[in-house]
Amino acid sequence: MPFRTRYLTQGIAKVLIWIAALSTIAVMILILFQILGQGLPVLHLRFFLDSPKEMGREGGIFPTIIGTLALTAVAIFFATPLGVGTALFLREYTKEGQTRSIIRFGTDCLAGVPSIIFGLFGFVFFVIYLNMGWSILSGGLTLAAMILPTIISTAEEAIKAIPYSYREVSYSLGGTKWQTLTHAVLPNALPGIFTGIILSVGRSIGETAAVILTAGSSLVMPTSLFSPIRTMSVHFYILAREGISMEMAYGTGAALILLVLLINTVANGLLNRYIRRRT
Amino acid sequence: MEIREKIIEKTLLLVALSSIMILGLITFFIFKEGLPLIWKIGPGAFILGARWVPSQGSFGILPMIFSSFWVTVGSLILGIPLGLACAIFLCEWTPPSVGMVLRPAIQLLAAIPSVIYGFWGLIVLVPLVRNYLGGPGLSILSGSTILGFMILPTIISISEDSLNALPPSYKQGALALGATYWQTIWRVLIPAARSGIVTSIILGMGRAIGETMAMIMILGNAVKMPTSFLDSARTLTTNIGIEMGYASGDHRQALFATGVVLFLIIMFLNSLAIFLSRRRAR
Repeated sequence: MPFRTRYLTQGIAKVLIWIAALSTIAVMILILFQILGQGLPVLHLRFFLDSPKEMGREGGIFPTIIGTLALTAVAIFFATPLGVGTALFLREYTKEGQTRSIIRFGTDCLAGVPSIIFGLFGFVFFVIYLNMGWSILSGGLTLAAMILPTIISTAEEAIKAIPYSYREVSYSLGGTKWQTLTHAVLPNALPGIFTGIILSVGRSIGETAAVILTAGSSLVMPTSLFSPIRTMSVHFYILAREGISMEMAYGTGAALILLVLLINTVANGLLNRYIRRRT
Repeated sequence: MEIREKIIEKTLLLVALSSIMILGLITFFIFKEGLPLIWKIGPGAFILGARWVPSQGSFGILPMIFSSFWVTVGSLILGIPLGLACAIFLCEWTPPSVGMVLRPAIQLLAAIPSVIYGFWGLIVLVPLVRNYLGGPGLSILSGSTILGFMILPTIISISEDSLNALPPSYKQGALALGATYWQTIWRVLIPAARSGIVTSIILGMGRAIGETMAMIMILGNAVKMPTSFLDSARTLTTNIGIEMGYASGDHRQALFATGVVLFLIIMFLNSLAIFLSRRRAR
């Protein structure tokens, strides 16, 4: 290719790539601008602390906040020990081989299963087969299965990053393998594991399809783990889709976005501090 | 001491098998609920049937399969070039200032709940399509545009990882031979990172086929064979999402059967992606 054309091609490519990068940023800003612009004026303290009235046309979103928190807490409670345990096993107890490749296949596949399939599964298994009904427990367990792959992979990265010398010191002091893991490895991997948990919280808060099929959409204040609930995302979906109130939908959407922004900022901050300490 | 360590190891093995057990449970229960109906009306009639009228007992999901296919193709037409461009931008051409905005923007794209995308599509994109291109606005075009952005983070992060994993000597060698920067990227780096990029596209495809809530809000949900990109459509996922709330009996089983088809497609894509990335690791 002649000299001129080569640089012309490069110039064109560069412009196109810049356009792609900038339009990605632009779309992000447009979405934030639209939802926050219309939704922020709705966000008063009373919006957060009042119960919805007339299906959500008036009042606030308090029960949905409680529902979201409860559901997320149950999911994290079940997924964290399973995820961290799996990561420990994969990193510290196995070498490349059959067992490991089966477990990896399981986690990789689980990560790709769409949320509506988790919803169907949670519905027949937890809601009907185990007779838990539409409840915080059914929804939380379904979400736990969904976020498990995220917790496993972040915990694995965190454990992988612990220098081998930490383990050697512990062994040389006469520590057993389990003591080494619980006293030398896990405490140092904690910030990384925590980052994974926070990312999973974000995913749980935003999930709708699986939650609506397993935790229901009742607007009543939950009283136990077996109460049905409506999360913020489900509330937002119902308000918007059934055209109940655009104003309330924007408000709930803005609250969701702020929550997700907050969670991402915290996760990033943790991750950065963690990386800086490690290097 | 010895015994305690053994017990711990076995317990951890059991814990580690949880994800594969969950996958097994999902497969078992979805098939258990869905297969009877598929046998009852025949796999051919279910998959190739064009009529879906639950009240009359006709359950054919061909229109949904076609809609899922076209929505996914549309999202890839937007998502692949945009995602690849962003990945190249991030690992080869980023001025730090722009990278500092682009990276969090992509993270946020991944974190925003799908209902928010759906709502934004409904409020902003659907009227645009309706006013400028005609049709109902609630269409495959609107749906795939939104999906294109939703799958961006998947495509970008995995492509970027595989570009970053290339040995620096590839780039140095090509530049030393007098190639321009772009020639190096296009002729050397991208072909070398090919399998990672393909994996990212397959996973993005899986995400697109599996998306439910945003699509319920944007696609318009009409059960018919899509004939143009401006047509309203109902995908496999939205079929389940819309009707699951009130279905019972055969109808509910038919929705699980739709789930079986969706699950098989996803597992095929997952296995393909896993196979490719394992080959790459070797």
